[in-house]
Amino acid sequence: MEKQISNFIRALRSADVRVSTGEALDAARTLAMIGYDDRALMKDSLACVLAKSEAEKSIHDRLFDLYFSSAPAAATSASATSESESDSNESPADAAERLSSLTEAGNEAELASAVERAAEAAGLNDIRFSTQVAYFAQSMLKAMGGEALQTRLLEALQGRTPDADAEAQRLIDVRRALTKATRERAERGFDIFGAAETERFRDDVAATKRLSAIEASDMARMKQLVAKVAKKLAVKHSRRRKRTQRGMLDVRRTMRANAGFDGVPFNVVWRQKKKDRPKILVICDVSGSVAAYVRFLLLLLFSMKEAIPDLSAFAFSYRLKCVDDILETHEFDAAIKKILREIGLGSTSYGQAFSDFKMDHENKIDRRTTIIILGDGRSNYGDPRLDLFRDFAGRAKRIIWLNPEGRALWGTGDSVIPRYEPFCAQMSHVATLKDLERAVDEVLTAYD
Amino acid sequence: MAKDKTTGYEPMTSIEAISAGLGTAGYISTTQISTAVFLAHGLRKPILIEGPAGVGKTDLAASLSKWMNLPLIRLQCYEGLDEGKALYEWKYGKQLLYTQILKEKLSELLGDAKTLNDSLGKLSGFEDLFFSPQFLEARPLLNAMQQKKGSVLLIDEIDKSDEAFEAFLLEVLSDYQVSVPEIGTIKADVPPLVILTSNNVRELGDALKRRCLHLHIGFPDHEREQRIVRARVEGISDTLLNQLVRFVQSVRETDIKKRPSIAETVDWARTLLLLHASTLDEVFVRDTLNVLLKHESDIAAIAPTIPKMVREATGPDARGRLASGYPDMG
Repeated sequence: MEKQISNFIRALRSADVRVSTGEALDAARTLAMIGYDDRALMKDSLACVLAKSEAEKSIHDRLFDLYFSSAPAAATSASATSESESDSNESPADAAERLSSLTEAGNEAELASAVERAAEAAGLNDIRFSTQVAYFAQSMLKAMGGEALQTRLLEALQGRTPDADAEAQRLIDVRRALTKATRERAERGFDIFGAAETERFRDDVAATKRLSAIEASDMARMKQLVAKVAKKLAVKHSRRRKRTQRGMLDVRRTMRANAGFDGVPFNVVWRQKKKDRPKILVICDVSGSVAAYVRFLLLLLFSMKEAIPDLSAFAFSYRLKCVDDILETHEFDAAIKKILREIGLGSTSYGQAFSDFKMDHENKIDRRTTIIILGDGRSNYGDPRLDLFRDFAGRAKRIIWLNPEGRALWGTGDSVIPRYEPFCAQMSHVATLKDLERAVDEVLTAYD
Repeated sequence: MAKDKTTGYEPMTSIEAISAGLGTAGYISTTQISTAVFLAHGLRKPILIEGPAGVGKTDLAASLSKWMNLPLIRLQCYEGLDEGKALYEWKYGKQLLYTQILKEKLSELLGDAKTLNDSLGKLSGFEDLFFSPQFLEARPLLNAMQQKKGSVLLIDEIDKSDEAFEAFLLEVLSDYQVSVPEIGTIKADVPPLVILTSNNVRELGDALKRRCLHLHIGFPDHEREQRIVRARVEGISDTLLNQLVRFVQSVRETDIKKRPSIAETVDWARTLLLLHASTLDEVFVRDTLNVLLKHESDIAAIAPTIPKMVREATGPDARGRLASGYPDMG
């Protein structure tokens, strides 16, 4: 049973539940306390000890049901039948008989325990990908003595008598039943040990894929990924906003705190430096080429409301407009669609957008503001209004420009990126979700 | 049940015993809650309880202390909470006062010492005088360690404290001891039963989570909520109880900012009782909805559906459907 538990913990770990050695020991102590008889109690207790958040608990409960669904029958009868197993002296005929008796009605428990041992012999716990299921099912069958069965079957097929035919048919049925059992077990093994790994692999692929190339079928995965990234960043940046500066005495507060002690400074108060609260303005070009990036940047930023209390988004192609209302009142997908429909028409003009911004929203820029501009800087040969841009750069904390175009294309054709670049604290190429994550992380780090 | 001689309360022999014990203190437990308490007691580990506000996280600690007849020591966390307020502090004022009073005695004492070295030698015999337990102001954590019979230590809303404080708690929670540099290590004779609560204002550190058992308390199902309200509100009729719990459960299903918790249900039940309502009706609900819902926008969102919800809550056949329709969220 200890082995069962340690395997179960391995399964949890492969599903991204971080179980430390200490917790594994706790689990063992817990089971020593409560015993193995009461399945529901075991589930509640292990959940209590091993899972440390709501999400982890649901993973735990799912895996627990999967993992222990066949274990009890196997555990009780394992010792009873194990001696007949893997006996090298066993003749093919005996082995075939043993296997066929397993598939008879009423022997389900023994079959389950035999499959369970075969799974162990075949090392099913190492399964990682769904493509391995067939391989492991085969190895398990082999471990159960499938070769002997095969030999007998061939013999019977060569017999060419009615008796031999009936025997062959019977053996084929046995083989089919065994294949089904091992296959099911291998699939379950994959669900327990491999599924999470595969998911993670897919997530990695999606996170490094060009955002403009994300297909509609991957949208749901991307949304989850964005939510995950947002949570990670929010946790990282939602730390306390005050930091004690050791060594700098706050004289006024020290005197006040010690008035009761006749001014003798028993309690010393140090100066505290308050961190700025992040204030972010996002200005997005929403012409077709950039739309996919806008969508993910806004999704990321708006899922981080907790860490970024002060967030405003503006979108433009020709005229600039504040889109906070749309984003707040609509579902995210609908909001993006509406924005693209309302604003995403007309030829891009950065100059016009900046002068609109100056007219209507200039007062939103203060020394705590970080301006994020997402766009390719292709302004159809219009006036880029560098004067306004320089003015913004002077008043804001910093300007960060995220460009979906590769660096090699900057400055070609109608791109005016190189002329804006000197005023930006940072200008970087974003192509994937990972790039977006890094960019937002950097923006927030400036406030720490 | 026999009382344990060392601890003075009924031993936690089984999960059922805990549920029953908590029941005597007026707390309607679930298997999960009782299991967590059982394990916490057996493994000597703190419980970290998460869940929405008002579902009885803090109350569990209070009920445990009541049932086990142990003192409840509560530490409310907030931003800026530090060791001085959580662990111990020297009584500076008292120390100062004593030095003033003893000043004259001091000169008498040192009167016959001729040199500075002599005086120092004499004084060094008294140096521990001012840094002794007598001048130690025990704050909740130290206080909990010092209880001879053990205690229930409630560290409330740990997510509101700073990260540094969380790190500082680790020693206390894993070894049940406290180090005071001037005196030494103070170890608890009987480790307190520690309960931490969190509303998830921020994510807690892994190190802390790892030292705790995790328990999530969610909104109760129909049956448990009825039992809780009956235990808390005396003299409520079965009809009203059933109807009002059904109403609350259906309010929770709707998409509102702050879903009502048990605390609100109990308050609402008390309100309706005060108004001598025998059954739920539209007028009563409309007049008292502000007890249940705490946001103006939520009240506005629910208002149009009140007649329908009241009809459903008071309907004859709804009970069976509801009882099966809501899975246990605890």
